[in-house]
Amino acid sequence: MIDIYNLLAEIVGEQHVSNHKEERYFYGCDPGLTPPHEPDYVVMPETTEEVQQIVKLANKEKIPIVPKGGGLALTGLVIPQKGGIVIDMKRMGKILEVNEKSRYVVVEGGVTHGMLQNYLKKHHPKLRHSIPDSPAISTVVGNAVIHGQGRLTQQYGFNSDMVSGLEVVLPTGEICRIGSHSISSQHWFSKGAPWPDLSGLFLGWFGTTGIITKLGLRLYPCKKMRDVMVFLTDKIELVPDIILKLTHTEMTEDIVVNEQPLPPRMKGNIYILIIITGDSDEELDFKRKIIWDALWDIFESRDGGFLSVPADMKPPLLEMPSRDVVRFADVRKGGGFEYSGPIIPLEKYPEFITKQKELVSKYNLSYSATSRVIAGGHCMMYAFAFTFNRADPDEMDRIRKALREAAEFTVEQGGMMWKPTIEEQKMIIERMDPNTLKIMKKIKELLDPNGIMNPGNWEA
Amino acid sequence: MTDYTKQIHRCFRCGYCKFPSDYSDFNCPSYARFRFDTYSTSGRLWLIYAWLKGEIEWSEHLAEILYSCTTCKNCVEQCPMKFSSDIVDWIVAARSDMMEKEKGRIPPRVTSFLEDVYRLGNPLKERGKRDAWANGIKRYQPGDEYLFYVGCLGSYDEFGRRMARSVARLLSEAGISFGILGNDENCCGNEVYLLGEKELFQVLAERNIQKFKELGVKKVVTLSPHAYNAMKNNYPLVSNAYFEVSHYTQLLCGLLRENKIRPSRNKIKVTYHDPCFLGRYNKIYGEPREVLQSIPGIELLEMERNRENSFCCGGGSGNFVTDLLGGSEESPSRIRVREAYETGADILAVACPSCMTMLQDAVKVENLESKLAVKDISQVVAESL
Amino acid sequence: MLQLNFDPAKCIACKTQDCLVKCQYLRLDKDKAKTEMQKIINGEDSFVLHDCVTCYACEEYCKMGNHPFYLIVERQEGRGILPAPRSIATMWINQCEPRGRFTVGKVKERALSFCFIPIFPLWATGKLFDGIASSYIMGEEFFCNAVFLHYAKMSVIKDRLPKVIENIAKLGIKELICLHDECYGTFNSLAPAYGMKVPFKTTHYFEYLYEKLKELKDEIKPLNVKLAYQRPCSNRLSPKTQHFVDDIFNLIGAHRVKREYVGENALCCAEVIRMGQGYKIADDVQKRNLEDMVKAGAEYCVFNCPMCYLSIGDKVSKRGLKPIHIIDLCKMAIGEKTAPGV
Repeated sequence: MIDIYNLLAEIVGEQHVSNHKEERYFYGCDPGLTPPHEPDYVVMPETTEEVQQIVKLANKEKIPIVPKGGGLALTGLVIPQKGGIVIDMKRMGKILEVNEKSRYVVVEGGVTHGMLQNYLKKHHPKLRHSIPDSPAISTVVGNAVIHGQGRLTQQYGFNSDMVSGLEVVLPTGEICRIGSHSISSQHWFSKGAPWPDLSGLFLGWFGTTGIITKLGLRLYPCKKMRDVMVFLTDKIELVPDIILKLTHTEMTEDIVVNEQPLPPRMKGNIYILIIITGDSDEELDFKRKIIWDALWDIFESRDGGFLSVPADMKPPLLEMPSRDVVRFADVRKGGGFEYSGPIIPLEKYPEFITKQKELVSKYNLSYSATSRVIAGGHCMMYAFAFTFNRADPDEMDRIRKALREAAEFTVEQGGMMWKPTIEEQKMIIERMDPNTLKIMKKIKELLDPNGIMNPGNWEA
Repeated sequence: MTDYTKQIHRCFRCGYCKFPSDYSDFNCPSYARFRFDTYSTSGRLWLIYAWLKGEIEWSEHLAEILYSCTTCKNCVEQCPMKFSSDIVDWIVAARSDMMEKEKGRIPPRVTSFLEDVYRLGNPLKERGKRDAWANGIKRYQPGDEYLFYVGCLGSYDEFGRRMARSVARLLSEAGISFGILGNDENCCGNEVYLLGEKELFQVLAERNIQKFKELGVKKVVTLSPHAYNAMKNNYPLVSNAYFEVSHYTQLLCGLLRENKIRPSRNKIKVTYHDPCFLGRYNKIYGEPREVLQSIPGIELLEMERNRENSFCCGGGSGNFVTDLLGGSEESPSRIRVREAYETGADILAVACPSCMTMLQDAVKVENLESKLAVKDISQVVAESL
Repeated sequence: MLQLNFDPAKCIACKTQDCLVKCQYLRLDKDKAKTEMQKIINGEDSFVLHDCVTCYACEEYCKMGNHPFYLIVERQEGRGILPAPRSIATMWINQCEPRGRFTVGKVKERALSFCFIPIFPLWATGKLFDGIASSYIMGEEFFCNAVFLHYAKMSVIKDRLPKVIENIAKLGIKELICLHDECYGTFNSLAPAYGMKVPFKTTHYFEYLYEKLKELKDEIKPLNVKLAYQRPCSNRLSPKTQHFVDDIFNLIGAHRVKREYVGENALCCAEVIRMGQGYKIADDVQKRNLEDMVKAGAEYCVFNCPMCYLSIGDKVSKRGLKPIHIIDLCKMAIGEKTAPGV
């Protein structure tokens, strides 16, 4: 009988492995609605070599592995569906390199967004990365692996589009370098182009094809000032047009569209938050005028207008990450929040918000409809977000039903479910082009012949 | 405080409790030490909830997780939710509940701490006279302006005693009328309260309040922020406490402003470690700094994590005795002295005997003894006279 | 049904048509003013109804006390004319709806009104408010509702203001010290204009501060600073309170700079104008206003209204002036710590 615990302890040190009930309980659940499932072990490696040894052991003994960062996807992606080993990556917390001229950073697999943010502010104040709204403990790798979005997504795409290279431990234990540094270990400026882009084998696969132990991430200019403009409209059907006009200016950082019934000042309107940046007042003033002019027709028609935001109300709107996002979990005084955040074409926004209100009414739910514009408006992330009381099983059940309906609606409308739950992954698989599905299956089998990596996910 | 059993499920495990305001490093001492998510506040709250629901049973490991919290209140400071101010109170209430419901199945070191306080009047296993350190410092007489409350570490710990003597010297030189309780002094009960032993805390508090009343004590000045916290915030819940309490740094600050103490020029580089029970618990950040800055020639260098972001030395909630966070390079006290050293300071100034003892030990283990001296504020001032 | 106390005969008899002639935005001559006013009285369309920036000034300009601005608002609403985008009005209507979230301190016969503005409790501390700081009311239930004059929603005012007056009276308050200038204007101009009886005395907080400063005279250290005063739109509803600004400045040893945009010619903070008419007019007004302060050599810009303070305080700072609310200015004069700035 192989003593897995001791073998893991030999790799990472006894104080970094646990099979205690408490760790198994906690790492077997997340703050969303997915039912829990405990792992057998939780292990915290500090180096790529330790990760490699763990993977080799697991591959040999056919033990499932789930790599975990912050665990804040909220859709159960790091709940170990078949038990096994959860690898908490957060001890791999070094920021390895910042290249100012090529504007990229290389981080280990467990670096948190919070620490990267702090590091850049302190040491490289002219550079920034795309900070997501998920709390500061979320990891750069975890967020990229699920195609997360952040403050720079409107300008530059998904946070995964900003990846500039990977170091990956394959399920069979090999260590691979992906991107420009596959040929020159010094340079992490590209994740694939102009060669076959192998990063696509790992981004979006939820750890089913390998464990990312290092990641290169593009950095962008960090201007000295940021400000927020708020445009309100009560006409849902105008929102796609407003976004088109705004993105046409090429003057904006983030564009977030919010609709929610609370606090009372938000009721009855759609709030479009427009963040602008600049190195001077003149630059910001110029951008403000361009943005105003872009929406002038709508303003004149009285169908929408800019709200003057008093100085004391700006900080929470500009905050990165926004702590207001997690406060949503306490609206029902119950610590619960989950959302389905499909990626949809801009023009579908009115249908999605109508659907959300229908679900809210049908299931009697507290909600927030938040949407973020992606890559200049080529698509947007629309969040069917619901908050629940963890001590109210009935409410949790109603939200599960609402989210299921939201997922079905998304699929009907041709949207793409973002960070889909296992159930949603099945919906996608059912509808996917069969030949495309075959490729996915082949890739998984090739890379993970023993099916140890986060099993249950993307099972074609 | 709200009933924790009805509120504790509100934790969203967002993880802000692990950080300081600027996310520069992990700021939860037990999380920094152990790194399993279970050792952060959100881990604790979720496990307590699971225990309440019967989803997990009591175990030694659960007890260890629960008692490794130093109750430093970084989580209270950082939690974005409306219930943030209650978080540590919930942990303390859960400790209390578990003590009762699990028939006292708590970590042996914690049991030992509480038993020693009960039987010996201090958690340090000291049986000697409490005022053996006092070297002629007078006993409190009715009519004295201040009762100087020294506490267990001040009475028995080598470094604590030096602090006590140093504070006493400064008060004398400033002409303050004060006295100590000597052997009649009882443990303040702050750690007992935080460890969840409500009944023992009640006894200690009542005894102290009664003693002060008998002697007509109107003003108490404490050596330790722990005692300051207990007397300011928890004693009034037990009984009407008819005295004002201040911490010695507040008193020193006043004396310096009135020129009753006049430090001479002293060209030193000092960094100040905010103790949790003065800082986050009672929002006293300015006076200790003002005391230090009153020394001509001093250069006060701030650690990156200061004031409400101060990183706990790891001694709170009895850990200066139970040492549940020791034994690693990532023990909070070792992390903190490394941080202090990086400022370029020669002196790490403290205002708490618990911080003193934790950081003194850490400096030794980190081989920084010749490079970084740990001194309490009164010693820094006294050496400048 | 509340009716505006408006007398068409007064307008007909008026020789100056000051209401529209003095308007800083429309700039009409007397004849045009008379014509347009008559259209408004008749309930017909007029460009005045569309181009009004809702600065409230004509309420002050009218020497007949005939409420031209309130009439404009009535007509705008009647004709469905929106002085600002619909969504902005909706935001205010929902934000200010009474919903049981008010706070009442240890209210005595004399009480402070914080309206529903959370910055007031931060300011109302120290010796100036000794003995009264705990006697306060705050919340939507006590909100003056005058803001709806900017959005052609007189109907909302007529619906909510009587209840507000009742809420205050119910608490046994005999004298309400209005920290929000607009509340004072509401109770002394807007409410009576509609025949709403206000059964309690109202004191403008300027007067309160002035009297209090006189009591604390010995503690005043002359500030010797140069001040510009930012007059809010709402003060047009109570122009007789203006002298207190000079009274207070003189008492605290501060010098009020000579400005072009002062008194009847004052320029408002223009943020409401921005939301209603757009950035061009607002930027122009703010530029002239701030340049006027700078040219006159002001060191501080003293605010009356917290909304002005929060809206343009940072712009004032950028022009090199220190923004300060008049309460904080008075605190400075008696050596007290002021609240953290914006």
